[in-house]
Amino acid sequence: MWRLKTIYRRVTYFRVLKISALMLLLFLALGLVSLCVGSVHINLIKVLGSLTNAFTETTSLSSQEELILFSVRLPRIIFAGIVGASLSLGGVVFQAMLRNPLADPYVLGISGGSALGAIAGIIIGASSFYLGVPLLAFMGALVTVFLVFVVAGGTRGPLLDNSLLLSGVVVNAFFSAAILFFLSLVNSMELHSITFWLMGDLSRASGKEISVAAFCLLAGFVLLYAQARKLNLIVQGEETAQHLGVNIERTKQLLLIVTSLITAVAVSMAGIIGFIGIMVPHMMRLVFGSDHRLLLPTTALFGASFLVIADTVARLVLAPAELPVGVITALCGAPYFIFLLKRKSL
Amino acid sequence: MPIICAQNVNFSYATKLIMEGFSLFIDEAQIVAIIGPNGSGKTTLLKIINGTLFPDSGQMLIDNKDTRLWPRKDLAKTVAIVPQETASIFSFYAEEIVLMGRFPHLSNYRFENKKDYRIVHEAMEKTDTLAFANRRFDELSAGERQRVLIARALASEPKILLLDESTVFLDLKHQMQFLALLRQLNVTQNLTVIFVTHDINLAAQHASRIILLYCGKNYAIGNPAEVITAANIKEVYDVDVLVDQNPQNGLPRMTLLTIE
Repeated sequence: MWRLKTIYRRVTYFRVLKISALMLLLFLALGLVSLCVGSVHINLIKVLGSLTNAFTETTSLSSQEELILFSVRLPRIIFAGIVGASLSLGGVVFQAMLRNPLADPYVLGISGGSALGAIAGIIIGASSFYLGVPLLAFMGALVTVFLVFVVAGGTRGPLLDNSLLLSGVVVNAFFSAAILFFLSLVNSMELHSITFWLMGDLSRASGKEISVAAFCLLAGFVLLYAQARKLNLIVQGEETAQHLGVNIERTKQLLLIVTSLITAVAVSMAGIIGFIGIMVPHMMRLVFGSDHRLLLPTTALFGASFLVIADTVARLVLAPAELPVGVITALCGAPYFIFLLKRKSL
Repeated sequence: MPIICAQNVNFSYATKLIMEGFSLFIDEAQIVAIIGPNGSGKTTLLKIINGTLFPDSGQMLIDNKDTRLWPRKDLAKTVAIVPQETASIFSFYAEEIVLMGRFPHLSNYRFENKKDYRIVHEAMEKTDTLAFANRRFDELSAGERQRVLIARALASEPKILLLDESTVFLDLKHQMQFLALLRQLNVTQNLTVIFVTHDINLAAQHASRIILLYCGKNYAIGNPAEVITAANIKEVYDVDVLVDQNPQNGLPRMTLLTIE
């Protein structure tokens, strides 16, 4: 059994803050690097200078460079961070709640469900309403959660280990077909952009959308963090959690709604980006242990960093052309999934 | 007033009737053993006492209050259970497992303070588990894991402690240590202990009262000498036994008669 050799250290308030601060620094550093590189390279010193001088209007950048930096790359990096954090948080919560290390919003079909909701929304013209598409994506996510549970037999007795994943596969396949059906209805102009969006696209978010996603992520995180200790207990088994004082039904409902909301918002704006919700929580568990009070902030922050890296790679590989970022995460994620599946214990 | 009071409890799983018209009164600071054959409803009774399951009809009163009306956390502070075994999918350290016993005493965003760690330390000291506080729970032996789970139950400082066959994996020394600890907590802190066991001699030696369950009814209830009789055992377990007296203390001692 392969396992990272770590020594036990108590999870204290101070330690959580310290590690979160370090992870935040890592994210900022990666973001800075990502700002510099791309089809047009900008000198790091110039970037730093312009960031600090952004408010004083004195800049050494050409207007073209400034446009790339502030209107293209910066929003995109922030958005990548939000989406990465949302999807990773979704993964870590679902894994604990379903007591299955392979669960994540993508595998369970929740990403597919929100995508279907979003695409249906685009086709019926919901995008002309404020937040119309994200709302439909959210409903798609909730319907999927319900469907996956019913197919897996969640309404009768305890869930078998892999029945949820299998029903996720089935529901996913159904949604793919439904999405393809919708795609064959639209004209070829829309087709390319929607297909690209299905593979994950971080370049299209507007400032308004980014702030909505950021708000949902922050509010969701605060709510989820209150459940962190309960998640530790739920991992021990639902009955044990109940013995120790967790109101299991209410906790699960809250977790399900908050997690679906965070994921659905991310997917409705960024498209389907798979596997990040499996990889990131597992890496963090190897390094920091299984206590969710430490796991939730580190997973969110590292998930943000991870997606920024993946998106930067996606921008660089075929520059000046771009790959969809979902291609990169799936290329690393699928082998990782198999690696996890092959291991006996986690 | 009895601390645990079951009144006319009926309970069934889906189609299988487990308990019918079950009544039981247990006073504070008693050590009670529950014995009975497989499927007689022992574990179900524990689950009804700690509010994991609720009676279909009738009432289960803890401290004179229906388990349905207890807030979860308050009930967890009053009643702690040591389960037979738990299976965590992710790896936790032994001390983290014991810390979970503090959950009902803490609010959502609060971290454990010095007092919580002191209580956890004491619980681990009493159960002889400090030596592997820093080891992973899933890498411990079955007996060690069981002691950690006992420590977790003690860490929540309950008034009632439920034990579901918690001595089966313990070696003789730890078994004696644990039973002595239970008696000590029973005397010093008025802890009420209810333990389910298949070891009838263990029940006879350590319980002040024994409940013999048979098909969801208490077939016999009383002190060891009243319950542990050859006739009762023959009727409930369908085995022939010889019951005599333990030479050390005069409590009943049961010997299984081999079938010729």
